[in-house]
Amino acid sequence: MIQGIKTEPEMDSFQRKGHIHIAFDRLIRKKIAIACLVILAIIYFSGIAVDWISPYGYTDQDYTQIRQSPNFSHWVGTDRAGRDVLTRVLWGVQNTLILTFVGMLTGGLVLGVTMGLVSGYFGGYVDGIIQRSGEVVSSIPTFFLILIISATIRPRVIEFVRWVEDNSFLEGLIRGGIVDYFVISLSLVSFGWIGTARLVRGQILYLKETQFIDAARSIGVSTSNILFRHLLPNAISPLIVTVTMGMGSMIGAEIFLSWIGLGIQPPRPSLGVMLWESSNISVIRTEPWLMFAPGSVAFLMVLAWNLLGDALNDVFNPRTY
Amino acid sequence: MWNYIIRRLLWVPFLLLVVSFITFMLFRLGPGDPILVILGNKYDPKSQSVQNLREELGLDKPLMVQFANYSINFFQGDFGESFRYRGQSVRKLISAKMWVSAQLSLAALLISTTIGIPLGFFIAHKQGGWQDPAIVTICLVVMSIPVMVFVPVLLWVLCLKNLWIPFWSGIPCSGWGGLFDQRIIVPALSMGLPGVAIFVRLMRASTLDVMKQDYIMTAHSKGLGQFVIDTRHVFRNAIIPIVTILSFSLAGLIGGAIITETIMGIPGIGRLAVQSVFDRDYPVIMAITLITAGFFAIANLLADITYALVDPRIRYG
Repeated sequence: MIQGIKTEPEMDSFQRKGHIHIAFDRLIRKKIAIACLVILAIIYFSGIAVDWISPYGYTDQDYTQIRQSPNFSHWVGTDRAGRDVLTRVLWGVQNTLILTFVGMLTGGLVLGVTMGLVSGYFGGYVDGIIQRSGEVVSSIPTFFLILIISATIRPRVIEFVRWVEDNSFLEGLIRGGIVDYFVISLSLVSFGWIGTARLVRGQILYLKETQFIDAARSIGVSTSNILFRHLLPNAISPLIVTVTMGMGSMIGAEIFLSWIGLGIQPPRPSLGVMLWESSNISVIRTEPWLMFAPGSVAFLMVLAWNLLGDALNDVFNPRTY
Repeated sequence: MWNYIIRRLLWVPFLLLVVSFITFMLFRLGPGDPILVILGNKYDPKSQSVQNLREELGLDKPLMVQFANYSINFFQGDFGESFRYRGQSVRKLISAKMWVSAQLSLAALLISTTIGIPLGFFIAHKQGGWQDPAIVTICLVVMSIPVMVFVPVLLWVLCLKNLWIPFWSGIPCSGWGGLFDQRIIVPALSMGLPGVAIFVRLMRASTLDVMKQDYIMTAHSKGLGQFVIDTRHVFRNAIIPIVTILSFSLAGLIGGAIITETIMGIPGIGRLAVQSVFDRDYPVIMAITLITAGFFAIANLLADITYALVDPRIRYG
């Protein structure tokens, strides 16, 4: 019946653009946001396509080319084992990409948003339990939390995966890095959900008192429909900003875990491991590319997400701009 | 108000109990035998000494009994004895390291606030000009540099190239010498400069908020000078939300900085935490987690109370 109104020709010219649409129009007018998107696209695309782009594998060693500075055949030089640094950095980007997106989607979005919706809409005991458990988790410093979780859970997961390998036809699960992926995602999820849950809860607390929710309830819309079709879309813009800004800290946490030795295990390349091998002053003096290649890629990713979040914040909240 | 504070204070021990239960279970259910860490090469699972040691440390009792014993001791202020450093009480071990981390973080916090707050105040006045986005972007750039890159680069620039910190005098750049030692400069900068962005943003937002208020317009219309308005009306009101944030930063002082301390070889709490996780030094890990969690809970409460004291419109029931 609503479509009937829309089809009248004179209504079309007065049709207002949606909130997201307006924000998107503002966003593409921001040069800095476009630059960030392009940088992220380039880094992530080359990370995904590294297997096809690069002529080298990430463990290919060339003993005639040890510690070469950047040249034509090795664009960013080679490391102390004669491996191509650029290839390894891009493989590291691929790992970071998979882990941070999985962490953000499962923890930040699915878990966080559901918790926030439930907590804000139903209130009472459920709200109390969710909020208190969020308080418990956030009272432990983030880096310490992911350190504890990955240190304690990893060996158990390895045991379990070994058992699966022994009792099924699946082979090479451990060599393929499933354990690393699982453990790191889990520790990223452990802190990732709190921010979005609190944010969504706050939005819902305010939104559920509005008249359109009363109206929806009075005509008998089901609870899940109210939650996901009426409440969530109205809370989406601060959610986008929070998730974008959160990506930077997710990447930081992933790199930290591999750096400390609890993330991706060598010989699988990761930015954190490469930084661990090279983050000292003597590397700067002798082979600076070993540190600056992974370092600058990590920096660019974090920076692009942070600036993008900043731009999105301006776009969605013109009041503060 | 008092009602609220008391209720929140009663929640703190409960929170600590839950946190301690989670960490306790994670480590006890995780593999790795602390006896193995203590004895090293001499470890022989069948020997009598291993059994004796297990009994002495109380590791042979059921998990819940161990946990109950630990919690009772903890709330009496007895954190037990370190597994790794035999004969040293955890309390002594931690308090020494915590003091180091607190000094370091205090220096870092001083850098962040003394640069961040005036800068945020300044760019709020330049809204719409080029200074505002430029400074915000620069702060974000500094914040995005990975610490593992930032520390060596700072060392290289300050110690080797510019000789800003006298490298030639035989004092190594890394290590620890206290709050007034020159070796604190690099770690404090590496921790403090990324924090500038946070304070710039907060101060900018809160200054803009205050400048829109009616009483600022009143001040303008009664003919006060810009300087007087800024110092007496805008700054004083804009700094209030920052003060509440500071209570969290102060709690963060205890947590230390894992990465900086590891690279620079500073004997702080962050480095101890990493070491203990790898060494399965349960009592140390538990104590660090619980103490930091307790500090955060209290900082949270302090922030809420300050809000209510500062802004009479906020009431807690």
